[in-house]
Amino acid sequence: MSKKLLLEKAHVAGIRYFDVYRKEGGYRSVEKALKEMNPEAIVEEVKKSGLRGRGGAGFPAGMKWSFIAKPEGVPRHLVCNADESEPGTFKDRYLMEFIPHLLIEGLIVSSFALGSNDTYIYIRGEYAWIVDILEEAIAEAHKNGFLGKNILGSGFDCNIHVQRGAGAYICGEETALIESLEGKRGNPRIKPPFPAVKGVWDRPTVVNNVETLAAVVPIINMGGDEYAKIGVGRSTGTKLISACGNINKPGVYEIDMTISVEEFIYSDEYCGGIPNGKRLKACIPGGSSVPILPANLLLKTAKGETRYMNYESLSDGGFATGSMMGSGGFIVLDEDQCVVRHTLTLARFYRHESCGQCSPCREGTGWMEKILKNIETGKGKMSDIDLLWDIQRKIEGNTICPLGDAAAWPVAAAIRHFRDEFEWHVNNPDEAQKRNYGLAHYADPIHVPVA
Amino acid sequence: MSEQQLFKVTIDNITIEVPAGTTILNAARKIGGDVAPPAMCYYSKLEGSGGKCRTCLVEVSKGSEKDPRPMPKLVASCRTTIMDGMEVKNITSEKVLDARAGVVEFLLINHPLDCPICDQAGECHLQDLSYEHGSESTRYEFQRRTFKKHDLGPHIQLHMTRCILCYRCVFTADQLTQKREHGVLDRGDHAEIATFIEKSLDNDFIGNVIDVCPVGALTDKTFRFKNRVWFLKPMDAHRDCPTCSGRVTLWNRGDEVYRVTARKDEWGEIEDTPEGKPGWICNTCRFEKKKTSDWIIEGPRNINRHSVIAQGHYAGKIGTNKPTETFAAVNDGRKPHLLMDIHSVSQVNKPEVKLSLIDGPAHSDAFKKNND
Repeated sequence: MSKKLLLEKAHVAGIRYFDVYRKEGGYRSVEKALKEMNPEAIVEEVKKSGLRGRGGAGFPAGMKWSFIAKPEGVPRHLVCNADESEPGTFKDRYLMEFIPHLLIEGLIVSSFALGSNDTYIYIRGEYAWIVDILEEAIAEAHKNGFLGKNILGSGFDCNIHVQRGAGAYICGEETALIESLEGKRGNPRIKPPFPAVKGVWDRPTVVNNVETLAAVVPIINMGGDEYAKIGVGRSTGTKLISACGNINKPGVYEIDMTISVEEFIYSDEYCGGIPNGKRLKACIPGGSSVPILPANLLLKTAKGETRYMNYESLSDGGFATGSMMGSGGFIVLDEDQCVVRHTLTLARFYRHESCGQCSPCREGTGWMEKILKNIETGKGKMSDIDLLWDIQRKIEGNTICPLGDAAAWPVAAAIRHFRDEFEWHVNNPDEAQKRNYGLAHYADPIHVPVA
Repeated sequence: MSEQQLFKVTIDNITIEVPAGTTILNAARKIGGDVAPPAMCYYSKLEGSGGKCRTCLVEVSKGSEKDPRPMPKLVASCRTTIMDGMEVKNITSEKVLDARAGVVEFLLINHPLDCPICDQAGECHLQDLSYEHGSESTRYEFQRRTFKKHDLGPHIQLHMTRCILCYRCVFTADQLTQKREHGVLDRGDHAEIATFIEKSLDNDFIGNVIDVCPVGALTDKTFRFKNRVWFLKPMDAHRDCPTCSGRVTLWNRGDEVYRVTARKDEWGEIEDTPEGKPGWICNTCRFEKKKTSDWIIEGPRNINRHSVIAQGHYAGKIGTNKPTETFAAVNDGRKPHLLMDIHSVSQVNKPEVKLSLIDGPAHSDAFKKNND
């Protein structure tokens, strides 16, 4: 049983409410931060903890905080990115639904560290009921003096506002989120200037993921150095993984980043193996936009080392033989799944969610979807596979925001690792409609687990 | 002004000094010629424009004198400001040309390519761009995108299929008029320019969206299907207009005024008036004053010699500009390598024979006579 920091108390009855949460030791970090520490010390603790952004990019949170500009007389803002829309990722939903006060607590401490008197939670529009949960939690915190004016007599004022999105994936990108929060069309801004200099209403802004801000609570409670001891290398602390797909026990798991991928999939503590005695074919380890990995490269790196569930190990080998930790949406595909169909589904998603601002993404995502649809429905040509590769290459890196990259990577990785399956679809259009390509050589040749 | 700091920047081996805060694109435009990246969405007169079309991507091979690291990705030159000692590669970078060819392909896959019936043909930036950077055939085998038609009122015709979503018209309406009636609806590849809901665009200055549109998406209804731009003679003219500067270009054929536009500079942008303000013109000048007697004609408008509009209109140098030649400077002083000098072998291409001076169709006699 690995150490739990965020979800330890998530299943205590009534933890959603302030009284129970407080009795279980909640809001200690607010007391400690506001009474004993100054903002610089908190930023320093977060830096020491080595906490990396949990939204996908993995940028060190303390570093991001220290970049915020502090001009005289201009208010600063903290924005919590709860627009969790990546297919396969549902960890923030779990956290906010079961233990909302943890997020509120993290927000108060972070707001104090950054000097944000008005803090926003930008929440995904589809999470309608969670808005109610959060607003109830905020009202309770107000009533008990942890929000509002002069919190705990420290002279620090803070209000938290919950803003619902309207259901666009692109608003999870921080500058698009800021535009949307301002009431505009959710188009990503062109950087620079970065939000740390000019964010919401041109004021310095920090945008952080829900899990990142919640992780500030244990960091303050136990100290940054203690926190950094959990995990390995630069992957410190615990990470929420939302596992789904062909596994026995889908759900949200908190791991301390020392376990191997194999253990995560097959042990009963976590995913509990693959149902019906099927074998592992592929896996997307970090949410839909990170590259897909075949089983043999998932369990072991190209160098033959065991692959672990942490930032460094998952990205070992770059995009050629590795993937990314991403946002922790762990999608498992068994031998019955068709990679072409799967890639088509993702391409359709990115085509639908592209904001249409810059040309490569607007036009390229639709083009890729149409070609993939042809291949999937048996109308593909061999040249289409190379064409797909060329299109993704011309989208990647040439767009305003990372959505272009996110649309290009899954297609690139699918072709890189599963090209023979694409070719099989082209060569056997009729057969491809009736059955799946199966496992081929992707399974780990050494380890064949039995369910 | 004297205190303004000057930064040295090298673009395609040509070094110039520009004031701090200039963008790479504007610095490159100061050099001119092929060194200036193409820009479909950036418009220097409109605040906030640029960064969207990605045709102006350039490679920054050296960040600055202080921090010489190259930038990891290609950057949009229209929105990236220069640093002291920055080195930029535009036409000398394979990566840039490859990415630009990709962008042009993306812009064209859903473009109807109906140039033969498009009023913008001959002055279309997308035509220029695809001529320079596009491929001769398409790899797109699917049906092109279509839209439901929106009527924007009596003056402006919207062809959404031709639109490249540069947002220039949105910025123009935002910054020039009191109330913007149109904008971008929807998202992704079904995003479109439209009014909400079915309003017509009605404002004294709204006609300027036609001038800023880089393609044929917004065209002049009063000029629709009347003539091709290369058959018309552009003439500078002005009138005493109570609402705008009244400085325009008339597009004549014979004595007849076919259309009126604002004056555009070599980058296709609206020229400044002598007072230094952008020379936007009002709807009255643009749509209603279509008689020669309404205007005081100043003389022929200078048109780039390479433009199809310049062909055959004037003899000699009147009314044409020679584009800046940068080849030698970019390539260490080397001259362009020509397979052969066409004048040395051709019977017809004699530079001393002025086609425009020949009465009637050109005949071999004219050239033979000259050879004597």
